[in-house]
Amino acid sequence: MSGEAGPETGGPRSEGPRITDPEKTVGLEIRGLEVRYGPVRALRGVHLSVPGGAVAAVLGANGAGKTTLLRAVSGTLRFHRGAITSGTVAFGGSRLDGVPAAAVVRRGVVQVPEGRRVFARMTVAENLRAGALGVPGRLAATARERVLDLFPVLAERAHQRAGLLSGGEQQMLAIGRALMAGPSLLLLDEPTLGLAPLMAARIADTVRQINAQGTSVLLVEQNAAMALALAERAYVLEVGEVALSGPAADLAASDEVRRRYLGVGATHSDRPVGTDSGPTPEEHERPARHERTRLARWTA
Amino acid sequence: MAVFLELLVNGISVGAVYALIALGFVVIFKATEVVNFTHASLLLAGGYVIARLHPLIGFWAALAAGIAAAALVGALVEFLILRRAHVGSRGVLAIVTIGVDILLTTELTRRIGTEVLALGDPWGDRVLRLGPVTVAETRVVALAVAAALIVAFLLAFKFTGWGVAMRATAEDAETAALMGVRLGRVSLSAWAVAGALAAVAAMFLCVFPTPGLDRGTAAAAMKAFPAAILGGLDSTTGALAGGLIVGVTETLMSGYQSELAFLGRGIGDAAPFLVMIVILLLRPSGLFGTKEPARV
Repeated sequence: MSGEAGPETGGPRSEGPRITDPEKTVGLEIRGLEVRYGPVRALRGVHLSVPGGAVAAVLGANGAGKTTLLRAVSGTLRFHRGAITSGTVAFGGSRLDGVPAAAVVRRGVVQVPEGRRVFARMTVAENLRAGALGVPGRLAATARERVLDLFPVLAERAHQRAGLLSGGEQQMLAIGRALMAGPSLLLLDEPTLGLAPLMAARIADTVRQINAQGTSVLLVEQNAAMALALAERAYVLEVGEVALSGPAADLAASDEVRRRYLGVGATHSDRPVGTDSGPTPEEHERPARHERTRLARWTA
Repeated sequence: MAVFLELLVNGISVGAVYALIALGFVVIFKATEVVNFTHASLLLAGGYVIARLHPLIGFWAALAAGIAAAALVGALVEFLILRRAHVGSRGVLAIVTIGVDILLTTELTRRIGTEVLALGDPWGDRVLRLGPVTVAETRVVALAVAAALIVAFLLAFKFTGWGVAMRATAEDAETAALMGVRLGRVSLSAWAVAGALAAVAAMFLCVFPTPGLDRGTAAAAMKAFPAAILGGLDSTTGALAGGLIVGVTETLMSGYQSELAFLGRGIGDAAPFLVMIVILLLRPSGLFGTKEPARV
């Protein structure tokens, strides 16, 4: 049940000012990635790509290796005594594996960690300033305008301690803080975890906006409905391996994904996605569109 | 009353110097969560360079050289030893710093021998008379310099990019790295700054009324340790408060030793530690420390 299929849909799906230079929004390429925490193998043979300007989603249950995948990209495995033992991670043609976290940020890849992890003892304004520490000062002012435009509430709360914000506001701050570095690729780790449905929908809209402005997004989510509605391409991780991959519409229409991640009974063909003998575009268009509509309604 | 005021002014002045040393402890702890027992030898190294160089290049140039040397020693300890010591526990790293301190102190005390080295400061033994109170000029300068440095550091922590990086790292190193903060640089700069502060403190600890730098000077740094602990090991404000409490307590207890004879001799030296124990019993995180049980 694995493999590549379907045309790349690529590119933002809504209009908006593009902040990031499109020439710099080159893709993320992960090839044959294996990650170990000591003797424990957390990822094996993972292939994944996020084309420039696209949104890709990674789905999977707890412990499937989703967060480990992001750590491998952002260079933070060493904080958890993990290491890439084989394979490559490249962004914009240059290797990221073995590169320290701060250098990954300078290359335009920034992660919003799971659980927000805002600097609780610092003010909102100081958190945003911390986000811009890895980039030249002149870029910080532009980035700050973009962030406050996306999240006006952060301007209102500028001098409040971040630890006193609500969960949704903290998530906005965490995303805003990451955007301060002007990333070409934003890594989002469970951005809607623990948020009320309305706030989760708001975050989803924001991700769309960020992407429309030219930033690629790699989204790790347990909320499969939201992730598949946002992404052009999706990957399902199971026990450290990519079990399924393909256009998000195809995965949303897949009975296996519907049953296991969307909580819906099997109603369509059992044909697997991600195989050469997959459905024709006409065949998968109908259920995919139906699924998209349903998902869009769910996240609205 | 005049005696009390004199003791109080002297205590505040000595306390300000202890606060400089404690600030070094705190800066390193905030940046790396390592309790740095190497501080005493950084202080001794700075003082030693000043003492040896001032006859050759003059006091101010020697002071600058001493500050630079202590900063360099601090940076080298971080770069050559702590950064490469891949141990999981911060407690183990603290013990590593004890080992480094013993090595450095042994070498420096061997070089100092039995001498008492003058630092060639320009204030000499002059005193200031403010009404009934007589204070050594060195004490007044120490208070002014320490206060200025501490205020400068508090402002730098609050407003500069370095300060924001330091505080972000102290709160969550992994997330700080995800924001592009270079943790190695933060750690290196913390050790260098702590060394520089220790050298300034060494200078003030070794001028009048102290005869000069000797092999016992390093012990003075250990008095700043209770200052840092009782203030809260991760609080710059706590370092200031702790330094002042230790300085005033020590000076008052020593000044009134004859009235406190029933407590035995040397109560002035023991008092800071007694105060630390009492404060920690009442406030386990120190006066201004973050209330996190995981902290040392």
